[in-house]
Amino acid sequence: MHYPLKITTFLLLCQKEQQQANTGPEPGQQPQEPPATRARSRGGSGAGAPDGGGGDGGGGNGTGPEQNGQPPTARPARVVDAEEEEDEEMTLKYGAKHVIMLFVPVTLCMVVVVATIKSVSFYTRNDGQRLIYTPFPEETDTVAQRAVNSILNATIMITVIIVMTLVLVLLYKYRCYKVIQGWLFLSSLLLLFFFSFIYLKEVFKTYNVAMDCITLAIVVWNFGVVGMICIHWKGPLRLQQAYLIMISALMALVFIKYLPEWTAWLILAVISVYDLLAVLCPKGPLRILVETAQERNEPIFPALIYSSTMVWLVNMADTDRPKRNSAEAGSVQQPTQESAVESPAPSSPSQDDGGFTSSWVSQQQHRLGPLQSTEETRREIQQMPSARPPVEDDDEERGVKLGLGDFIFYSMLVGKASATASGDWNTTLACFVAILIGLCLTLLLLAIFRKALPALPISIFFGLVFYFATDNLVRPFMDQLALHQFYI
Amino acid sequence: MTAAVFFGCTFIAFGPAISLFLFTIAREPLRVIFLIAGAFFWLVSLLLASLVWFISVQISNKESASQQKGLLIFGVVLSVLLQETFPAFHEVFKCFFCFFVLVSGLGFGFMSGAFSVVNILADSVGPGTVGIHGDSQHYFLSSAFMTMAIILLHMFWGVIFFDGCEKRRWFVVAAVVVSHLVVSCLTFQNPQYVSSLVPTYIIMLSMGIWAFYTAGGSLRNLKLCLTCKDKDFLLANHRPR
Repeated sequence: MHYPLKITTFLLLCQKEQQQANTGPEPGQQPQEPPATRARSRGGSGAGAPDGGGGDGGGGNGTGPEQNGQPPTARPARVVDAEEEEDEEMTLKYGAKHVIMLFVPVTLCMVVVVATIKSVSFYTRNDGQRLIYTPFPEETDTVAQRAVNSILNATIMITVIIVMTLVLVLLYKYRCYKVIQGWLFLSSLLLLFFFSFIYLKEVFKTYNVAMDCITLAIVVWNFGVVGMICIHWKGPLRLQQAYLIMISALMALVFIKYLPEWTAWLILAVISVYDLLAVLCPKGPLRILVETAQERNEPIFPALIYSSTMVWLVNMADTDRPKRNSAEAGSVQQPTQESAVESPAPSSPSQDDGGFTSSWVSQQQHRLGPLQSTEETRREIQQMPSARPPVEDDDEERGVKLGLGDFIFYSMLVGKASATASGDWNTTLACFVAILIGLCLTLLLLAIFRKALPALPISIFFGLVFYFATDNLVRPFMDQLALHQFYI
Repeated sequence: MTAAVFFGCTFIAFGPAISLFLFTIAREPLRVIFLIAGAFFWLVSLLLASLVWFISVQISNKESASQQKGLLIFGVVLSVLLQETFPAFHEVFKCFFCFFVLVSGLGFGFMSGAFSVVNILADSVGPGTVGIHGDSQHYFLSSAFMTMAIILLHMFWGVIFFDGCEKRRWFVVAAVVVSHLVVSCLTFQNPQYVSSLVPTYIIMLSMGIWAFYTAGGSLRNLKLCLTCKDKDFLLANHRPR
């Protein structure tokens, strides 16, 4: 099959502090609180929870009778300390909540991929077909030849990715939004119709279910159209999240099927390194993208980002799209669920004020349609925090976003582990835990550094280490233990 | 070897652990993270032990079965010791909630149980006859019961170990390590399941009672809890989050 590739870039967004400053006051925050603490707690979240170790629970101005004898300087310090402690706890709880908001969809995607791999043999069968991006076969006579072939394959793939990222950055820089939008639209069209049709077909084959063409056509048509609407326009949040998870899983399955084994591992490693460089180096394409978006004060490609919360629509005049705005104007006071537009966006927990949205161009193996529409980009721009109405529910509004590329590569790693490892479930479990811990660490770093960060490197590194270690070291050990029924 | 065996063994092995997870951990995101962190640390300790075992196997005489078995026993002991060193890292997290210890102990247990039993469960779904070559016919069932005991034991050991570390009572720490070694060594007697399972369950019950008292429980608390008269407990559950 002929699949052009889309480049993927991954970023993590940190939460902008201005957004928090614009929103309503947090409960229990005292005016004498130092700005640093306020910023930190804002960045954390507004979830307050009294804790046994917290001391004065949130009351900064509490003056108990025991404090009368103390010098006046002690009291503000103690107040600030108590508040800082509580801020830390609130930050921690808020951060934990966001981590779980990402754990659940990542886990679901991985579960779907592993379940499919284990039951539908199509995705592990070698049909002899290859992508045009990996032209060198891995069924060679010698190990050295296989290694060389896989290195060449990975090189070609990463070159294509780099080229496409640059193309995307150039398109974005010169404001060719329509091209990008059309590209993304066609991509999602392909995924939602063609790939899901193939998936259904293979599932029916596996379970020997007879299905007539008319029913199948109706099912696929409905699935696809509802998916396009949810992803590119509006839809219930859960439905949109479910669709994003499904297309990530489909994409990961395609990768698992068509990438030969060594090539797949090499690509995973190389793309993590590329992600790191592209996001953190000053001349990296993704960094340029982010900075351009910052300058223009608009979000980058809201499409292809999994969003865990609703996005507030703002009433802002937009002469380009009067029709759409009139529809949105009426809903300005109410929080409306807006589907996160599909876009080739890097994974990034970002705040939904845009600006720092990291774009992630996902690798697609087909003629990628535009997964993001310009209108969506415009709409995202308009949802800037400054124009937002004050929010009472701080933490609910500031959700996290993760680019679909991360979903795809995490699931691809776990799926490949379950497909090829002879240790079966142990290896799969180990990779799963490793990826989740990597994601947790990445989010922690995000909370500390507060700038765009790549989400792939840590998780993929842990995943790869645990895959190879478990498959080669732990598996023989556990097999022997299970044989004798020893327990450790 | 049917779905009944699969589901039965799964629920035996993981039932208490999953219900603990659902009732105490699933609601708090921070605890879920600690659970996964606990699982991760167990995995790392297993990795190191496997590495040592693998190296020792490579340099040993592969033909001799008794030597291999001896190396395996050495590997088991080493992995137990390594597992016990990892909770020491949890000193770092002392400032956090007291539930942390229970949760990470459960994470340890989950991972340990999963690694022990998941492949066995996967095999039990398919066709086959258990013990056709003269081995025990109770392989699956005994594995499931052993796994349940191990998961709960890990949790209890975590609580007691952490408490011992905190109060600097080193004999408590040593008792935990020794009992872990004892339980592992008891499994060397499989397939004589009576001599391995029964003592394991006795140890589990005693550890459970010890952990209960360590965590501050008492007969009075238990009675109040069971008769739904414990006001603190009821209030705690109604606390707005």
